[in-house]
Amino acid sequence: MRTHEQFADDLALYALDELTGGMREELEQHVEGCAACRRELQMLRGDLGLLALSSSGPQPPARSKERLIQSVAAEPRRVPRGNPVSAGERSLWTALVPSLAALGLLMLVVVLLRDKSHLQTQLAKLEDRSRMLSSQLDRLSEEVKLLSAADAIHVSLNPQNAPRQPSGTAIFSPSQKRIMFMANNLAPVARGKAYELWIIPTSGAPVPAGMFKPNEHGNGMIVGGKMPDGITAKAFAVTIENEAGSDKPTSPILLVGSIG
Amino acid sequence: MRLVARIRAGDQHAMSELYDRYAKVVYAVALRVLQNAEGAEDVLQDVFMQLWRKPDAFDASRGSLAAWLAVISRHRSIDRLRQRRPETNIEDCVIACASDLGQEIERTLVIEKVRQVLADMNPDYRKLLELAFFQGMTHTDIATKTGEPLGTVKTRIRAGLQQLRAKFAG
Repeated sequence: MRTHEQFADDLALYALDELTGGMREELEQHVEGCAACRRELQMLRGDLGLLALSSSGPQPPARSKERLIQSVAAEPRRVPRGNPVSAGERSLWTALVPSLAALGLLMLVVVLLRDKSHLQTQLAKLEDRSRMLSSQLDRLSEEVKLLSAADAIHVSLNPQNAPRQPSGTAIFSPSQKRIMFMANNLAPVARGKAYELWIIPTSGAPVPAGMFKPNEHGNGMIVGGKMPDGITAKAFAVTIENEAGSDKPTSPILLVGSIG
Repeated sequence: MRLVARIRAGDQHAMSELYDRYAKVVYAVALRVLQNAEGAEDVLQDVFMQLWRKPDAFDASRGSLAAWLAVISRHRSIDRLRQRRPETNIEDCVIACASDLGQEIERTLVIEKVRQVLADMNPDYRKLLELAFFQGMTHTDIATKTGEPLGTVKTRIRAGLQQLRAKFAG
């Protein structure tokens, strides 16, 4: 009888699909009852997934997609539906619908009357807050005016005699959900194109964070960018897209920076 | 609705999107193993049709679809190379992979990092992974070819994968 350590030694071979016959069956039985081996096997398969992704090559032939779509169409799948509702259940629900609708409307009227006076108090408070925000906005707009002025000169500091490289700086606040982005030494973009900033979340697809075009000095900026709710950024990236903006990146990454 | 959920619901257009997103990865792996365009195209068809027939085989909560498809493509290519019946049931192939890899940009970042990690890896380990994973050589074949003891080959393959994992996460 083999020990746990011996089985663990063979996990990589099993993940590589190399074990056969009795050894394979024995190991499968052990893995079924051993949480540590099960977890390690998943990790090893994750490692193989990474290894596989290191492959690069040409696009598959164009006919291949057509072939797949034809095969899929030839094997339509029936999706199981939920349990059917019986005739008795249906007639009971049909009878109850008008009564439930009337009860709902009555409750709505009561709630609306109660909310009216509360809303008037809230309105007064909001007017006060609006006046305060308006004065803060005046001060901030002066700063933004400087940052985004057409004649604003951005000076990027580099080591002496080093060639200038495109670079970007994203400043964001997770608590305020705001982003500012500044880029230097960017090449001009073709007509109809613009640079697009992307938030790379810790999970899920990249999220667009704004478009910009560099000025004649190669400087570009996004001010007033917002972080969408529920997104935790792990990196930012820049690509070139159509100037109308894209929902997902369609060209190679030009600038990328990870957080931390 | 997520792509695999749409495939589970029998949405044929979702398969078209799946192809656009992942065909290049699946084909690249098959081509690297088989070194034959016709065989790689057959594997590509086979991998996608398996997902269409058994969409529940992929557990979205536990890993990346790109990595899962790439591993299935490698296994099917090796089966073809060895002219044998598939050993691994796709439902049993659960992959732990932290990244989502659902988007091109995400995959690009991951692929660049994996290549860098492999380039920095001990060349002996890298060579063994190439022989075992992409050339489908058994550890017995590798031991014969390299002259290393069987146990050393086995240990180094495992150590190479664990090194890849550690450096990728680091």
